[in-house]
Amino acid sequence: MADQHPSSQCGCGSGACGNGGSAKPSPASIQFKKPASAPAKSAVPAAAAPPSRRQFVGGALRGAFLFVLGAATSLIARVSQKERTVWQIDPTKCIACTNCANHCVLTPSAVKCVQQYPICGYCKLCTGYFEPEPNALNTAAENQVCPTGAIERRALEDPYYEYNIDEELCIGCGKCVVGCVVFGNGSFSLQIRHDRCVNCNECAIAMVCPADAFVRVPASQPYLLKTREKQG
Amino acid sequence: MNARGQFPIHNLQFSILNSLAPLLRVLLLLVVLLSPLATFAAERFPPPEFEPGTYTMPPTTTPPPRLAVMEIVDVAVLLGALSLSTYGVLVKRSRRHVFWVMVFSLLYFGFVRQGCVCSIGSIQDVTLALFDKSYAVPVSVLLFFLLPLVFTLFFGRSFCAAVCPLGAAQDIVTWKPIKLPVWLEHALGVIPFLYLGAAVLFAATGTAFVICEWDPFVAFFRRGGSFKMLALGAGFLAVGLFIGRPYCRFLCPYGAILSVLSRFAKWNVTLTPDDCLKCQICDVACPFGAIAEPDEAAPPKPRPGFGRLVVLGTLTLLLMAGGAWLGGRLGLPMSKLNRTVSLAERIAAEDSGAIKDVNDASKAWRALGKPAHELHAEALRVRGQFRFGGLLLGAFVGLVIGAKLIGLAFAHPHDVYEPNLANCVACGRCYSYCPKVLVAAKRSEKKEMPRPTAA
Ligand code: SF4
Ligand code: SF4
Ligand code: SF4
Ligand code: SF4
Repeated sequence: MADQHPSSQCGCGSGACGNGGSAKPSPASIQFKKPASAPAKSAVPAAAAPPSRRQFVGGALRGAFLFVLGAATSLIARVSQKERTVWQIDPTKCIACTNCANHCVLTPSAVKCVQQYPICGYCKLCTGYFEPEPNALNTAAENQVCPTGAIERRALEDPYYEYNIDEELCIGCGKCVVGCVVFGNGSFSLQIRHDRCVNCNECAIAMVCPADAFVRVPASQPYLLKTREKQG
Repeated sequence: MNARGQFPIHNLQFSILNSLAPLLRVLLLLVVLLSPLATFAAERFPPPEFEPGTYTMPPTTTPPPRLAVMEIVDVAVLLGALSLSTYGVLVKRSRRHVFWVMVFSLLYFGFVRQGCVCSIGSIQDVTLALFDKSYAVPVSVLLFFLLPLVFTLFFGRSFCAAVCPLGAAQDIVTWKPIKLPVWLEHALGVIPFLYLGAAVLFAATGTAFVICEWDPFVAFFRRGGSFKMLALGAGFLAVGLFIGRPYCRFLCPYGAILSVLSRFAKWNVTLTPDDCLKCQICDVACPFGAIAEPDEAAPPKPRPGFGRLVVLGTLTLLLMAGGAWLGGRLGLPMSKLNRTVSLAERIAAEDSGAIKDVNDASKAWRALGKPAHELHAEALRVRGQFRFGGLLLGAFVGLVIGAKLIGLAFAHPHDVYEPNLANCVACGRCYSYCPKVLVAAKRSEKKEMPRPTAA
């Protein structure tokens, strides 16, 4: 055992070679104790050693960095006074271009159609629900605008019908929104649903929205819904 | 291509319109061309007055965003994971410890948080906050940016070891890593700095968050995503089987910052510098090429002198000048990725008659009725930013290459195998291979055990 010098080329890879495992006193092989002359690479800096150039540069750099950190803290102080924001679609700008269905980082998109009941006309011939020139005013799929059949049509007292969006099915394509906005009251509009949206740093749809309709809104009021008054 | 480049092409709205009766189509085209949709959304059909009690209007549900307190939880988990990882790397020196922290981080930051709040991406938020005063960067995001930097400055890259979910995903798939030639490693090592500079430029101009757009693993974390993202992730994982942590080593912009800080860390990964056996096992064990071989010559080469420094310094300046020239020229084409610039160019082309039709963006902009000169002025301003930013970016890359050359020439001499602190991601694998570390661990274990015979 003792004939194997610690610094010889040893390829065996087992811990049994060298002077390991013997009862010999082993002053230097415990990891954290180092002679003071060791290069400044130890896990704990050797307190007694005069600082080497590396240590000095390192210390200086750390100091400089901590200074920058102080500056960053002031940035924190500044931003912490601002309110947290989330993304939302401004329905007055949205042109329902279908990008919302395809460009969200989530599939299906975090953008869904919402029905704003107070401004809905409850129309029998809903232009957000039926294809133009439908074969018949019934719920057959070929008559519907929605590619996924996400809109539910429910008869109320004649001649009114209630239209509900099944968000599980809606893919946010906005086809119904075009129909509703152009010919109807515009009670359908696209909104980011915050139970789904991961509030990306930079919304991937915002980057492709041709109408610049994505805005950051305060997290306390995360929806931009239309109301009757605003409808005017 | 940037996703933004696609938007002028497809226009599904017209496919809807095509199916309309011709008269309606003309009418609608006029309507849509001349005004934003919403202006025409009027109360054409007054909402019915239902008999009281006969009908209750369903509410329009508004599910709230994630609670603000959850951001504090995220930061707390980050801090905890950083501390545990650091403890595993520097105190316990145990690969197994590091591994389990890494698995936890992969699950939490990766699959639970779906890769979003991420230190790498936070570079862009911080940049945007510096350049756009109206942007409110969340404090939690700022902390995700800063905490790993502070930790790295003191403890080496324990963040990369076991906290970053991107690193963890790659670390886990590392299967049969091959060793890359050292020169290739150094050459590819410049890319992260280029990427960092570009990401800062694009974020500062409010053009794009490229790091997020090209994040290879979020699609996996979210179990879904665009084809581009899935393909990118699959590609990185496939390459990662044979080249350890390819994103970390040759792309990650945050890793670029960390590698600089790690060099000067107060405490860092060490093997057994005093009694290295030169068995080379650590070198073989490291999948990331981060173990530096001993200098060839037995007595270390004399340090290169002042003359060498002058030559390399001059070379660096030349590289910076060349980079600045190139970057300045690239600024113009890069600026086309900015939406304001591309819109202004589109509008100008339409106005001059070079393009006959309109696209969604120009249509929507025209509907706003804003004067064209405002748009053009804004576009010119952004273009100027890009020209100047491209210049800086080029000079920065030149500086990085120069610094790399100087660093190589003046590398501190060493006659044992040791981790290259810039590249070492502190994964701890070498600890379980180095015979000396194993022996030391065994000894300290024994020492801790109670000795029945002790007097
Ligand atoms: S991308 Fe913009 S315009 Fe298109 S549907 Fe979404 S919000 Fe509306
Ligand atoms: S048409 Fe599109 S936006 Fe409207 S409900 Fe169906 S999927 Fe949703
Ligand atoms: S912020 Fe992200 S998740 Fe939310 S709508 Fe935009 S891209 Fe989708
Ligand atoms: S180098 Fe980048 S991707 Fe890799 S672990 Fe570090 S921060 Fe994460």
